Amino acid sequence: MTTPPEEHSTGLSGSKTADTLHPPAELDSSITGSVRRTVLGMNFLVSLLAVVLALVIGAVLIAVSSPSVIEAAGYFFARPLDTVSAIWQSVSSAYSALFQGALVNLEALRAGELSRAFYPLSETLTVSAPLILAGLAVAVPFRAGLFNIGAQGQMAFAAIGGGFVGFAISLPAGVHLIVSVIAAMAFGAFYAGIVGFLKARTGAHEVITTIMLNYIAIYFLGWVLNQDWFQREGRNDPISPILSETALYPTLFGDGLRVHAGIGVAILACVVLWWMLTKTTIGFKIQTVGANASAARTAGIDVGRIWIVAMLIAGAMAGLAVSMNVNGTDKVVTAGIVGNIGFDAITVALLGRGSPFGVLWAGLLFGGLRAGGLAMQASTGTPIDIVLVLQALIVLFIAAPALVRSVFRIRGGSGEALSLAKGWGT
Amino acid sequence: MRLELRGITKRFGSLVANDDISVTFESGQIHALLGENGAGKSTLMNVLYGLLQPDAGEILVDGQPVTFDNPARAIEAGIGMVHQHFMLVPVFTVAENVELGAEKAGPLGMLKAKAAADAVREVSQRYGLEVDPHAVIEDLPVGIQQRVEIIKALTRDAQCLILDEPTAVLTPQETDELLAIVRELRDAGKAIVLITHKLREVREAADVITVIRRGRVVAESVSPETSETELAGLMVGRDVSLRVDKEPAQPRDVVVEVSGLSVFDAADRAIVDDVSFDVRAGEVLCIAGVQGNGQSELVEALMGLEDRVTGRVLIGGDSVMGRSTRRILSLGVGYVPEDREHDGLVGSFSISQNLVLDSIGETPWSRAGVIDYARIRENGATMVEQFDVRAQSSAVLASTLSGGNKQKVVLARELSRELRVLIAAQPTRGLDVGSIEFVHRRIIEARDAGIACIVVSTELDEVYALADRIMVMYAGRVAGIVGPETTRDELGLLMAGAVTS
Repeated sequence: MTTPPEEHSTGLSGSKTADTLHPPAELDSSITGSVRRTVLGMNFLVSLLAVVLALVIGAVLIAVSSPSVIEAAGYFFARPLDTVSAIWQSVSSAYSALFQGALVNLEALRAGELSRAFYPLSETLTVSAPLILAGLAVAVPFRAGLFNIGAQGQMAFAAIGGGFVGFAISLPAGVHLIVSVIAAMAFGAFYAGIVGFLKARTGAHEVITTIMLNYIAIYFLGWVLNQDWFQREGRNDPISPILSETALYPTLFGDGLRVHAGIGVAILACVVLWWMLTKTTIGFKIQTVGANASAARTAGIDVGRIWIVAMLIAGAMAGLAVSMNVNGTDKVVTAGIVGNIGFDAITVALLGRGSPFGVLWAGLLFGGLRAGGLAMQASTGTPIDIVLVLQALIVLFIAAPALVRSVFRIRGGSGEALSLAKGWGT
Repeated sequence: MRLELRGITKRFGSLVANDDISVTFESGQIHALLGENGAGKSTLMNVLYGLLQPDAGEILVDGQPVTFDNPARAIEAGIGMVHQHFMLVPVFTVAENVELGAEKAGPLGMLKAKAAADAVREVSQRYGLEVDPHAVIEDLPVGIQQRVEIIKALTRDAQCLILDEPTAVLTPQETDELLAIVRELRDAGKAIVLITHKLREVREAADVITVIRRGRVVAESVSPETSETELAGLMVGRDVSLRVDKEPAQPRDVVVEVSGLSVFDAADRAIVDDVSFDVRAGEVLCIAGVQGNGQSELVEALMGLEDRVTGRVLIGGDSVMGRSTRRILSLGVGYVPEDREHDGLVGSFSISQNLVLDSIGETPWSRAGVIDYARIRENGATMVEQFDVRAQSSAVLASTLSGGNKQKVVLARELSRELRVLIAAQPTRGLDVGSIEFVHRRIIEARDAGIACIVVSTELDEVYALADRIMVMYAGRVAGIVGPETTRDELGLLMAGAVTS
């Protein structure tokens, strides 16, 4: 609802005074507090420039690790242009492969093979879906002032519930999928709810409890996978039976492309959570608690309950996220079902600045980098690790907005509190 | 030493915080810089102390132009500053804090602790500033902490000492002590700059007064003989009445009944100790006392914000012991918390949003959990108008408001509900004269509308302006409940725990 006023543009000296121009730094020394302020206080431009800067540094890395550049550099003083053109060659072909691998295969498009042409996009969307949802599992608690490091564990725990319903019982198609996904959400919510409950009742710091619960969930999943009632018959390795057809997300464009209805669920989840955060009383309370817990308490808001609610929502999102793998791409539960998504989610939430739509874009970006990275490795030999470095660099720049500002000479800092309110209301 | 500011101008964006200010501070003189909050006093002093660079104008020390790029240069030139918020390390001792930033170290970087302690002792003896160099800061009362700040400046050989709102955190007794110290320093030949908006102190201590309003000097070389009303007029720019016009109270039924209320801290000490009182509809009960004698905890206990509470509290006959804050608010209790920045407002929310902070779940602000922002905006616009909140619109973020306007937002929120009880803790702390007038008038209006009002204040002026009855607290206990005709001396004795009635 608020369009933040332009800084200092007011003529009324009463509304912005010299004394309030330099407010004392908020006395919030906790890890969560400072991370939270960094994340929510950033503007979109900085996020964008962080990505650009990461790509530039990535280009340097691609160049110096490319064999053809190294070879040309060997006779640099004889024919320097060779080196330059080798650099251009290696960087442009790598990035072109990366972008094509993430979006669309131009060559196949020209040949009119639609399925092959859009295979990259399908991969991007497939990989993005769980990243987006897990990103939401981190972003929502952020808004309530909680730092959820536990998406990984919540997903692992949720996989047990969702997977079991998916392979052990039989229901009509569609209903089965819904029941299985709801089971995953319920398991995730329960597991994350423990964190909220401990925080509300005992004040246990969520960073510590989520990290510990991650270990417990991951090893618990490993144990479950070795139990008769969960392990696939005739197998000695930790793997569940294959889920029933009825419990799988339908693919969107036939079996040639992996993209399934889960991406729609992820986008819908972003819309619903955005609506919840900005238009409902529960969202208002979550943001109040996150922005100033003591004012919330004084205003009669039950801070502990809001923490629990935020964690329940987060766990449900983590459950949805893992269902993308269990009921979508993998169709089984394995010890590695979560991959590294629960931790990548923190990165996604950071880049998305804690807002649902920010998380959507960040998840798509990271999904695209992942999908494109595989294509890049296949076609140019540039290792996919470069993509991980890119992701790490993006987060690094996001965590140090002042660095990005100074590189691009942006004036800033004063608008920090404002951008938080931008997502508010209408 | 003669310190001259000539034509200082400092802008923040389009806001001119200091507009061509010229003022001279001289040795052996207490110079009061008087102005409301936001008038530009602190900006001016930050320029002088090298924390801000002026856009125009110059600083002269004994006739020589100087530039202070940072506070270190200002300190070198003999300028010392005691900030409103102390810059001390709580877990260090007095001596350690004093030497901090100018540590003298022996071989291998060992600190010369004894030398530091001696320096503190030497300065404190010379100026009569008693303090134990080995005491740890966090164990000391605020008044003594301030003394440490002064000693720190003096050991750096400050010739000009700037005190920024030095009495904001002090009790009346501590204020008297501070003013005595300041006079002593003046007699020792220091130039003293006293930044304040409190008229009484200015008249008591200053040798010369400069009044600043909206970034400009509106009166210089004002004599301290000038009346308070006149000074207030200069500060605000119009006539102000320092007295609150009110009819005698017409108390009706008892609304708040407190008996045997105690609040315990984590170490099981009683912070509030067996307190009993009642408040009637249509009267103002002021809870007076030196800061830290249990008033804050008492109020928080009434609001359901304290955990370890025993005793009995009835509001309109309903027991509220163990009830949630939500429930107590819904019984028709309005609450203006002591720390409005921390407890009263969410800085990153707009004014409109802050106005519904404690009633977002109620119609018409929301229905079935869905917020009606059109209504909230409408309400925001109305309230901004009604309560004279100086802001561009109700969409402005609360954090950008001045203290007075923040308090108006809190008051607007609380008074716009149907109330039976209004609890206001330190409602005018840090506010300018104009806002104080406004807040006081609103409280008296609430009283006349039949609301039972509880006002906690450490300022005797405020207590006298508002109270129909005065309850004095000392060491967590009720030292006495007296009428408003009680003299300042008697109240002072009650506040010091000297007598109990």
